[in-house]
Amino acid sequence: MDHMPENWGRPRSEIYGVYNSAIHNAGPATHTQQPSITGTSVIALKYNKGVMLAADNLASYGSLARFTDQERLIKVGKETVVGISGDVSDMQYIELLLERLIIEDNYEQDGHNLRAPHIYEYLSRVMYNRRSKVDPLWNAILVAGKKDDGSPFLAYVDLLGVTYTSPSIATGFGAYLAVPLLRKIASDDGDEKNITEEQARAAIDECMKVLFYRDARSLDKYSVATVTTDGEVTIEQNVRCKDMSWRFAEHIHGYGTQKM
Amino acid sequence: MFRNSYDNDSITYSPTGRLFQVEYALEAIKQGSASVGLVSKTHAVVVALKRSAEELGSYQKKIIRIDDHLGIALAGLAPDARVLSNFMRQQAMSSRMIYNRPIPISRVVSAIGDKAQRNTQTYGRRPYGVGLLVAGFDETGPHLFEFQPSGTVLEYFGAAIGARSQSARTYLERNFDQFPEASLEDLVLHGLRALRDTLAQDKELLAQNTSIGIVGLDTKFTLYDNDDVRGWLEKLGNVGSTRGRRPPEEREPEATEDAPVTDAPPPEETDTVEPIETDA
Repeated sequence: MDHMPENWGRPRSEIYGVYNSAIHNAGPATHTQQPSITGTSVIALKYNKGVMLAADNLASYGSLARFTDQERLIKVGKETVVGISGDVSDMQYIELLLERLIIEDNYEQDGHNLRAPHIYEYLSRVMYNRRSKVDPLWNAILVAGKKDDGSPFLAYVDLLGVTYTSPSIATGFGAYLAVPLLRKIASDDGDEKNITEEQARAAIDECMKVLFYRDARSLDKYSVATVTTDGEVTIEQNVRCKDMSWRFAEHIHGYGTQKM
Repeated sequence: MFRNSYDNDSITYSPTGRLFQVEYALEAIKQGSASVGLVSKTHAVVVALKRSAEELGSYQKKIIRIDDHLGIALAGLAPDARVLSNFMRQQAMSSRMIYNRPIPISRVVSAIGDKAQRNTQTYGRRPYGVGLLVAGFDETGPHLFEFQPSGTVLEYFGAAIGARSQSARTYLERNFDQFPEASLEDLVLHGLRALRDTLAQDKELLAQNTSIGIVGLDTKFTLYDNDDVRGWLEKLGNVGSTRGRRPPEEREPEATEDAPVTDAPPPEETDTVEPIETDA
């Protein structure tokens, strides 16, 4: 019995040539990558007059803190902010797509412009279609702005095409560390009516501090974006974590039992 | 006369700078029965006169729904209108799928305008032989656009296309300052009156031959046909043509006696020579 599938049903090699084993060893075409340069968490919550987002300025190369000036919050059109975590080259590609989208949208000058819910739907389609080709854009994205009825809009889409919306969302490590803190004030739909801008900012700053303490790929320098329901977008840059306590580190040497 | 030597294809200018094939396409629209459109601050309305080839035949559909917020009325080659309406539906669906928003009316009419223009500048293709009145509602309010085979797309307060449409246009011009504040009912009645003025002598607006399309802020595009228009016609009251009874200076020239090539097949040849009325 011939156990080699390459030989089953085959005419003789002398006449038709030797079997091309590339056929046997071939698998499906795959493009799934590993991300190379990455950004960590993006966090956001709705408040009474809009949405606030924050993302630090670090682009890591694995465990190397490679670039400390990477802006990851993007203003799109007049009234939308998009925050992106994950692979930085894919983030730059998404920035390009959004730029082109807005340019084309402005050709007509007809009083119609794309807003947050539209940009979100567009990005969701792009992300899902890339995942369906098994060639994802390795990112998790938050889109913030306002809905058609004037209320704050905040939604999430990622490399798998997963989408959801909530009064408070965070990507990456933020999903584990920041979301519970944000949900202390913004957990259910409608909670945002009772949150002032100062409270929102305090919650954001606190979360960014906690993330710097605990996320080993984070930075204490970050940007905060605010999108109001009046349609104003501000991005404050070079914000630093304040009043941190690193005193516990004074007496630590090494990683475990090392004494010196 | 001389114009015949420059009308062989769509891409040849005449010495006086005209594209005859495009102009001939406009003639095809004039052969179709009338469609009228008008717009207020809250609604956009289209009304159309349907024609049937023979007594036992169905009436040609004149109004087509494109999306919840958008519909068209046609005059001219109905199959060309079908192709364009399918294209508009694809554009509308695409906008909802990609951007989760109803397509702005000005964008969808720009898309068909560009599509039509291509056929006026490509060898071997003919211009679309249909005119459309596009009625829709978007973020900037209700809109009425007129589309022509040349690719020209213009926005109107009130418009009319098709056979004897000049009479409708005259009515619209006389009354258009009442449109913006008109209630939906008044707007539709204005449209029906304008449409009535396009009727040939001794014809009338009937449930079978009248079609109404309405769209507005809280009104999805709704098509009214047959029994659904009876109510409107009753409100209108007088449904008969006033042609032939008006003072001579107001009468417009009679329709041409050429056989229609548009929304009804041409009437059969008869032995006796008689004028072929386009609204048979």
